[in-house]
Amino acid sequence: MPASLFPPYEDLLRILPEIVLTIAGTLVMVLEPALRPERKRLLGGIAIAGLLVALWGTAVANLFRGPAFHQMVVVDGFATFFRALVIVVGILAVLCSIHYLQRERPDSGEYYALVLFSVVGQSVMAAANELIMIFIGLEISSIATYVLAGYLRDDRRNNESAIKYFLLGSFATAFLLYGIAWIYGAAGTTNLVEIRRVLSTPELAPPRFLVGVSAALMFVGFAFKVSAAPFQVWAPDVYQGAPAPVTAFMSAGPKAAAFAIFLRVYMTAFEPISNRWEPVVWLSALATMFVGNFAALLQNNIKRLLAYSSIAHAGYVMVAVSAHSEIGTAAAMFYLAAYAFMNVGAFAVVTHFARQGEKYVDVDDLAGLGHRQPVTAALFSIFLLSLIGIPLTGGFFGKFYIFKAALEAKLYWLTVIGLLNSAVAAYYYLRILVVMYFHEPGEAAQTVSPVAPGVKIALWASAAGTLLLGIFPSVILDFADRSAALMK
Amino acid sequence: MPSSYPEQYFPIVLQIAIAMAIAGAMVAASYLLGKRVRNPVKDSAYESGMVPVGTARERFSVKFYLVAMIFILFDVEVVFLYPWAVVYRDLGLYGFLVMFLFFDLVLWGFYYMWKKGVLDWSEEPPRS
Repeated sequence: MPASLFPPYEDLLRILPEIVLTIAGTLVMVLEPALRPERKRLLGGIAIAGLLVALWGTAVANLFRGPAFHQMVVVDGFATFFRALVIVVGILAVLCSIHYLQRERPDSGEYYALVLFSVVGQSVMAAANELIMIFIGLEISSIATYVLAGYLRDDRRNNESAIKYFLLGSFATAFLLYGIAWIYGAAGTTNLVEIRRVLSTPELAPPRFLVGVSAALMFVGFAFKVSAAPFQVWAPDVYQGAPAPVTAFMSAGPKAAAFAIFLRVYMTAFEPISNRWEPVVWLSALATMFVGNFAALLQNNIKRLLAYSSIAHAGYVMVAVSAHSEIGTAAAMFYLAAYAFMNVGAFAVVTHFARQGEKYVDVDDLAGLGHRQPVTAALFSIFLLSLIGIPLTGGFFGKFYIFKAALEAKLYWLTVIGLLNSAVAAYYYLRILVVMYFHEPGEAAQTVSPVAPGVKIALWASAAGTLLLGIFPSVILDFADRSAALMK
Repeated sequence: MPSSYPEQYFPIVLQIAIAMAIAGAMVAASYLLGKRVRNPVKDSAYESGMVPVGTARERFSVKFYLVAMIFILFDVEVVFLYPWAVVYRDLGLYGFLVMFLFFDLVLWGFYYMWKKGVLDWSEEPPRS
């Protein structure tokens, strides 16, 4: 038998981040039962080390751009961008979790392994160039996240969150898989580039009906994962019930990865039929923005509020997707990076403030935080201003590029509606600021404890990321622009 | 290629139709031709079957679930082991190394499970 069974070493280097993360995750699992409870925080350190090495691995893989493993995965700028993004989200989430976990469930360290495995899945999704790989990556990521959502297994709301996420999530994945089956039946391949070639060659083009059904079914799966309307119903309950650092993680990492595969499938494989999916995405973007922003107006639980805000932000990214242009793709990438920083940062504050058993998670509980902990409150304000989209923050440029892309794609109505929605959104973010600074300190703010070191690092890092993207957006945007242009 | 889809699937449709017709015919025939006798003996479990006692929806120990998971661990291992053994010579060193890696991971899973006390069936609860 020829020695060619061994994959060339470049192929292995192209999946270096995944290899590193898998080894780190396995290491955490193996060390977990051997460590005494008071030493389990060590596992958090291993997880962070693994994620940092994986970040380096992403950079190494980026030097060997190109397809690997018979076109199953491809390393391009787009893949590198999203790999780096999900790994950074993983680092921030682990930093937020160490103290939280020690307080809520000190006897267990599998948490970090699950985060690592989830990031492996997201990293696979970022680089997948083929529908089966996309599905596998999605499952690796999702299954770990389902478990994380119910990690405090004696807590009722954790259980509710996990079971809802799991049942609805697997149902949505089934839709995606069915869509993959249809397109395989129609085009005879699961490779995105091949599908694109088949769809754009008139002699080969399969019946429109088959492709349409496939695109629609896959849209259901993707829309669920990014929590876009009308498949967003799960998000508030799941985000509210899950442990706060897990919510920070899953509202940023899996969402960014889901948008990565969404963009890749619809911008590569289904690009030839873009005139047919564009109205669907357009409608979904519209509905997502409205549902997210208007429901958020009524929330008092801050996790629920941020969950609806996260739905609304998915709506803005959907605007960029419906522009279906390179500028739109780049804008979506930039927005997801900015969103990851500001959202993880906001949830880091929630993690810090909630205390034992997540007692203080109402907006009113934040009353007077501005007096008690001015620094935390100031950092929280940065995240909130960025979520509104105030200049000098990443959120502003994110929205700016998205609406610019939408205007260039002649989506005037969507742009107008998006801008109106941003104005509505300002109300509920500003309400938090008002409560924090202009209300008398309540019981929750009186008893607030100093910020745990891990959370502190996560807060500062997220704030730095948010401001960096707001002040020097070109650093990331240039990379996103180049990556989006090279994607085909 | 794509225009001929209905023709390609015609045999399958035919097969489904025949299967349904046969099954339907059997049920219909026994319904129409058979005698109907209902008494306690006739309604009880057939021959040496167990007489049902109580409800089937009882709560049972979570350990059964763990055993099921261990079963999966080793079952999957064997599922991969057999085909590998068949083509061992053809795959050569590559196959050996890949399988080694696979067993390595499975064994670490086994180690984890053991240390967690899944195999410990005594009354006191295992370490979580």
